[in-house]
Amino acid sequence: MRLCDVDCVIDCRPVCGNNSNHRNMDLDLLTLSRLQFAFTIMFHYIFPPLTIGLGGLMVSLEALYLKTKDPGYERAAKFWTKIFAVNFAMGVATGIVMEFQFGTNWASYSRFVGDVFGSALAAEGIFAFFLESGFLAVLVFGWDRVSPKTHFFATCMVALGAVFSAVWIIVANSWQQTPAGFHIVTEGGFARAEVTNFWEMVFNPSSIPRLLHSLIGAYILAAFFVMSISAFYILRNRHLDFAKKSFTSALVLGAIMSLLALIQGDLQARQLKDTQPAKLAAMEAHFKTTPGGTGLYAFGFPDENEETVKYGLKLPNMLSFLVHGNFHQPVNGLDKIPRSDWPPVAMTFQAFHLMVGMGMLFIAITLLALIYRLRGTLFQKRWLMWAFVLIIPLPYLANQLGWVTAEVGRQPWIVYGLLRTSDGLSKAVSASQTLSSIILFGIIYFLLFLVWIYVLNDKIQHGPEEPHTAAATSAGALADIAGMRAGTGAGSLTMPGDASSDRVKPPSGPGRGEDGPNSRQGH
Amino acid sequence: MDLNLFWFVMLGILLTGYAILDGFDLGVGILHLFVRKDEERRVFMNSIGPIWDGNEVWLVTFGGAMFAAFPDVYATVFSGFYTPFMVLLFALIFRAVSMEFRSKRENRQWRSFWDFSFFAGSTLATFLFGVAVGNAMIGMPIGPDKEFQGATLDLVKPYPVLIGCFAVVTFAMHGALYLYLKTEGALQERIHGWMWRTFGIFLVFYLFTTIYTLAEVPLATRNFDRHPWVWVVVALNILAVANIPRAIYRRSPLYAFFSSCATIAALTFFFGVALFPELVHSSLNPEWSLTAHNAASSQKTLAIMRNIAFIGVPFVLLYTAAVLWVFRGKVKMNQFSY
Repeated sequence: MRLCDVDCVIDCRPVCGNNSNHRNMDLDLLTLSRLQFAFTIMFHYIFPPLTIGLGGLMVSLEALYLKTKDPGYERAAKFWTKIFAVNFAMGVATGIVMEFQFGTNWASYSRFVGDVFGSALAAEGIFAFFLESGFLAVLVFGWDRVSPKTHFFATCMVALGAVFSAVWIIVANSWQQTPAGFHIVTEGGFARAEVTNFWEMVFNPSSIPRLLHSLIGAYILAAFFVMSISAFYILRNRHLDFAKKSFTSALVLGAIMSLLALIQGDLQARQLKDTQPAKLAAMEAHFKTTPGGTGLYAFGFPDENEETVKYGLKLPNMLSFLVHGNFHQPVNGLDKIPRSDWPPVAMTFQAFHLMVGMGMLFIAITLLALIYRLRGTLFQKRWLMWAFVLIIPLPYLANQLGWVTAEVGRQPWIVYGLLRTSDGLSKAVSASQTLSSIILFGIIYFLLFLVWIYVLNDKIQHGPEEPHTAAATSAGALADIAGMRAGTGAGSLTMPGDASSDRVKPPSGPGRGEDGPNSRQGH
Repeated sequence: MDLNLFWFVMLGILLTGYAILDGFDLGVGILHLFVRKDEERRVFMNSIGPIWDGNEVWLVTFGGAMFAAFPDVYATVFSGFYTPFMVLLFALIFRAVSMEFRSKRENRQWRSFWDFSFFAGSTLATFLFGVAVGNAMIGMPIGPDKEFQGATLDLVKPYPVLIGCFAVVTFAMHGALYLYLKTEGALQERIHGWMWRTFGIFLVFYLFTTIYTLAEVPLATRNFDRHPWVWVVVALNILAVANIPRAIYRRSPLYAFFSSCATIAALTFFFGVALFPELVHSSLNPEWSLTAHNAASSQKTLAIMRNIAFIGVPFVLLYTAAVLWVFRGKVKMNQFSY
């Protein structure tokens, strides 16, 4: 079943269980439940994209080690594995919450989609989770228990598991965006979606483009993550050989992926015109359909009440060009869609535009760095190294904003065209229960966030194992960055004097493979 | 085989796998505060370090399979148990964080704090699992619309609380038997004494729970008349329980541990028998109960998932076994340890 059948389904909606005058009563519960889901999913999504991207990196490092027997690759693989493990553990801990939450907060939704969505989730459990967590044990704790080849195999399985996980969860989410391969069955006054064609459900119109886009986003994040840590070591004159190698390969990956994101993202936007026109119109704050070419806002502030974009810069006919490939065919605006079916325009618009803006920045900075790298002067450009250290929040934000665009742009539907978000709530749960769980999640996630920063900082500060290491104490790497910003300003070429006073810092000669004695041995 | 029955059994298998595997690592957490030295507490945490999150995946897959095979059960139970399940999630997260965080600083207060939260998280999670099972055994207030109609406090009754305590003592014993396998020397000698004590407490609860269940929970034994072969499992269960002290006495700890695994498997089996063919019994009107048929997904989905399971489960079993094999033997500390 394709979207053309959806119109009839919308008319059947009252049988979905909830009636519309029930909705106002549930407004608080609705807001709170959405808030909780947004908070927990966004917190969760800090971790998976990094593990997906780092998985690929670890596979290539271990493959290089097996091929060349250069212990430098093994040390690098061990280092990134530690970083990976921290993020993976966080992903598991916060992922269990997600899986419970469909049932706890969105019970009516679960009843409606279980037949379709559930099989994708079960496939994720059986194919991905067991693979990842089983072999992760070997990956993290098994270095001296299994042979290097077995270890390499385990690494491949974990990386594969991370991708499988992405595949199934994005299939499930894409089905919510562009439902296909199902029919609606009504029984005893309750309607639900049932699978008619499994592969049509799996390969629904948006599955592949959205999967590609998410994976590209994950690789961009991982590339910038590696570059950020490597640039920090380069600035600190530590682990230079490791840092330069890591930076260069991550730079190539980051540049390619940033460009791919632009091209693939454009293709994806075109698919929206057919499948989710309301989302496309909201992303571009395109309120009124006018004859002739449709313009594109580079930036602006959409006002939903007045149906205009304030302080915006409009590029004439560009949206028509991007969507239709010509400058004169109009793109349908929000006026073609009933007001009750509009997504929140301003939020969708801003999330989308910020993401695109960041994407452009990633392209610019990686291309610039590539040019310097080809000239051989990249690692002397301290301001650029600092830029790479400090830019790391942006790829995280870009990944989050992409999802905000996708999910907020789908509103007011929880399953596009079939089930409204307000009809998906749990009936047995009260607003006060949800409020208490939001507060508890707030506390525990704040704590988890501190754990994550603390442990990550510890691992980064510790750095990869060195051939000859000496013990030295060190202040936090992140404290260094903070001290640097506060004390001397970002982009400064001088080293901070106060932020790490207890640190021994005899700079070793730049360009030498060996590091100074200021890296420390672990516990 | 009837697909609905197949998935009822599959859920039972996933739950059994979870109870056996996460059972011993929750048990290690329950016993954590009974050793005082830092080194010994590290041994405890590292005994489960590489495998606990693999064990927890059984719970995740159980949830996913329930969502897919019996969406109404998933929706009703998870929204009905809202507050206890949220607390359960916090307990599980706290427990995971404690292991990760504890080793990061030498400070005594720091370590005591995370030791306590590891213990509390493990104990609370186990207790809540038991409470959920206990409520399922006596039935829940389910209305004609398949929705939970009670309040959170309705879930706190003597029988579920008893089952919650029973779960804690069972996992404590299971954890002690596991720890004996993973430790050496003086620590192992002390744990030998724990095995006896935890078994003794388990036995008291086991007998009391059995008597209470037979006397007060008629639902639990309704299938025994219809399916007399269930008595075979009862006999096997008694043998497994009896074999635990025998194996401890004869110093064959692996047999003791396997007997404990068999005991847990038998207990989850009785849980399944008590429910069958229902998944959630309505205490308001038996007609409103959620069964393996009226709460299930379509036959097509059940068949697709059966195929997924047939492809995936052999692999899961294969590498679960492989990973347990890699990490067999005594706990050894190295640079990767907690």
